[in-house]
Amino acid sequence: MSPMLKKAITVSIPSVRQALARSNPVLANALLAKRTYNSKGGVEMTVRDALNSALEEEMTADEKVYLLGEEVGQYNGAYKVSKGLLDKFGPKRVIDTPITESGFCGLAVGSAFAGLKPVCEFMTWNFAMQAIDQIVNSAAKTHYMSGGNVNCPITFRGPNGAAAGVAAQHSQCFAAWYGSVPGLKVVSPWNSEDAKGLLKAAIRDPNPVVVLENELMYGISFPMSEAALSKDFVIEIGKAKIEKEGTDVTIVAHSRSVGFALEAAMLLEKEGICSAEVINLRSIRPLDTETIIKSVKKTNRLVTVEGGWPQYGVGSEICAQIMESEAFDHLDAPVVRVTGADVPTPYAQNLEAFAFPDTDVIARVVKRTLNKKIGA
Amino acid sequence: MAMVTIRRIETAADTLYKSQLIRGFCHLSTGQEAVGVGLETALTQEDKVITAYRSHGFTYLRKGSILPIVAELLGRKIGISGGKGGSMHMFTPNFFGGNGIVGAQVPLGAGIAFAQKYLGMKAATFVFYGDGAANQGQVFEAFNMAKLWELPAVFVCENNQYGMGTSAARSSANTDYYKRGDYIPGIKVNGMDVLAVHQAIAYAREWALTEHKGPLLLEMETYRYRGHSVSDPGVSYRSREEIQKVRSENDPITHLRERLLEAQILSEAELKDMEKAAKAEVDKTVKEAEESEQPDMKTFWTDVYVKGTEVPFLRGREPQETHFYRK
Repeated sequence: MSPMLKKAITVSIPSVRQALARSNPVLANALLAKRTYNSKGGVEMTVRDALNSALEEEMTADEKVYLLGEEVGQYNGAYKVSKGLLDKFGPKRVIDTPITESGFCGLAVGSAFAGLKPVCEFMTWNFAMQAIDQIVNSAAKTHYMSGGNVNCPITFRGPNGAAAGVAAQHSQCFAAWYGSVPGLKVVSPWNSEDAKGLLKAAIRDPNPVVVLENELMYGISFPMSEAALSKDFVIEIGKAKIEKEGTDVTIVAHSRSVGFALEAAMLLEKEGICSAEVINLRSIRPLDTETIIKSVKKTNRLVTVEGGWPQYGVGSEICAQIMESEAFDHLDAPVVRVTGADVPTPYAQNLEAFAFPDTDVIARVVKRTLNKKIGA
Repeated sequence: MAMVTIRRIETAADTLYKSQLIRGFCHLSTGQEAVGVGLETALTQEDKVITAYRSHGFTYLRKGSILPIVAELLGRKIGISGGKGGSMHMFTPNFFGGNGIVGAQVPLGAGIAFAQKYLGMKAATFVFYGDGAANQGQVFEAFNMAKLWELPAVFVCENNQYGMGTSAARSSANTDYYKRGDYIPGIKVNGMDVLAVHQAIAYAREWALTEHKGPLLLEMETYRYRGHSVSDPGVSYRSREEIQKVRSENDPITHLRERLLEAQILSEAELKDMEKAAKAEVDKTVKEAEESEQPDMKTFWTDVYVKGTEVPFLRGREPQETHFYRK
């Protein structure tokens, strides 16, 4: 590691930190990962490898599980998530599709109706808009419309949300859209354990499950616990994880935002400002409101963080559910949302950085929340 | 007999819709009976069928009983989908609906064929779509994958000359639907002749499974006497004379009757008895369905997710109407 980088880690000057994060978000997250509150374990694994293990293990365990998508086979995956799978399982079970999302998603759903367990990869979730009719109208609703007669044990997965410098059509977060659909389950892993446990759970779940990964997280390493390395490691869909306990404010985030939230929490603690509790949602639908409510009752303040657009988003939903719950009476300040900006994602680096929340934005908002009092 | 039964079911449905006992959409297949019947007689129970929403006849043929179908149309508990699907969403173990989005059933059907091949089954999937759906992009996406991966899928274009109110000539640059498969060979079939349909399906099945191991395209030339759905009188885009002409000269039931009489397989009296019996059975069943109960309120909440794997709760219309799946 270069001396300049070393200095950057140890110095808690926001502007240097910011500069580092903006110049190399991948590296920033990696540095962060070293100091995060993951399960203690001896082995480190990238999110990519964790997903790969999950796929490999589930395909080994059940012959009906197969993977299809663009470049998943011979190319070893556009982001190398399916590396080695074609070699191991052959072309019957790892299928390279033409660039026809609507068609191959429909085909995958039909095969699920007929008894298989497809894992349908979208190169990014942006492209799944071409197939969203099949995901919502065919996959999500059919079990209900058929009075329980038809099952759809399919897993849809792919990178979601912000990447780096890919502009508006390739940077949208779909958590809110899919999270609103009854009949789907939606998960959004942050670290490697999340990725492995949630993908395995998704494949085993007899319902259609949407797995929203994040491209910028693929290359980041995290320690994996003994349990997480097991072939049978699954994370319960619908259960959030408290990544860091705290007493003064609750920060709820999902996916990449969890990393920034944790860094903000550490920064605030170091500066002696507050002790923040950070919750990693892990699942978007069902939303673990129980964990959030319990935390709010303890801390009395809540800040939500997400990469998606603000209107009608995940944070909006959390605000609504908190308001309608017993947690409302425990709030000492209004809930505040930190979200992606309400613009199509720009390309220029400085503009793009302004479009997505980072550590400093979160820290600033948390500080502001701490200063608020009800009625003030 | 099957064709007469279907025709009677459709007529009954029309009446029920007009008395507002059937709500929403109701797409009748009156005039197109030969397609479904010819199909079913050439298939095994392992073969699968999927179509769009003009599906009452298919459902009957693949399920074999009328009551759950009529009950479903009326939104009753004993309906084939528990009253939760209605006209367009009926399924049996070898029939995948009943699909409401035009064209979406075609990739689904290719997927069912994919599963059959994957699981090593000696069976084919018959994927139906109309002249209206024939221009959908996803249909061609399905064709491509079916051919590329040699899926046992027989695509059947049920060309009843009109996509809702738009004639084939006004919607399609190429109305030779059997040729639209490009690299998938196609055959044009007289869809008003149940024996022709049977032969074509039997041939196609053999082609897909044994001979050529891949997809085939069939175009069934047929006609619907009624409108697109019950709320469409069906005469704003075609003349009554046209409908009458087909009815008098090209009716599938009449065709078969004539053939049976000519070949002296059945007598006029026997035919009349069969028809009477079919109509009576339908009418009796309709009455039974009308008298049956609406679904239990608890089924409002079932089947959103597979039983045993539900989410903790789902909201109703307001916070106090929240349903908890686990205590």
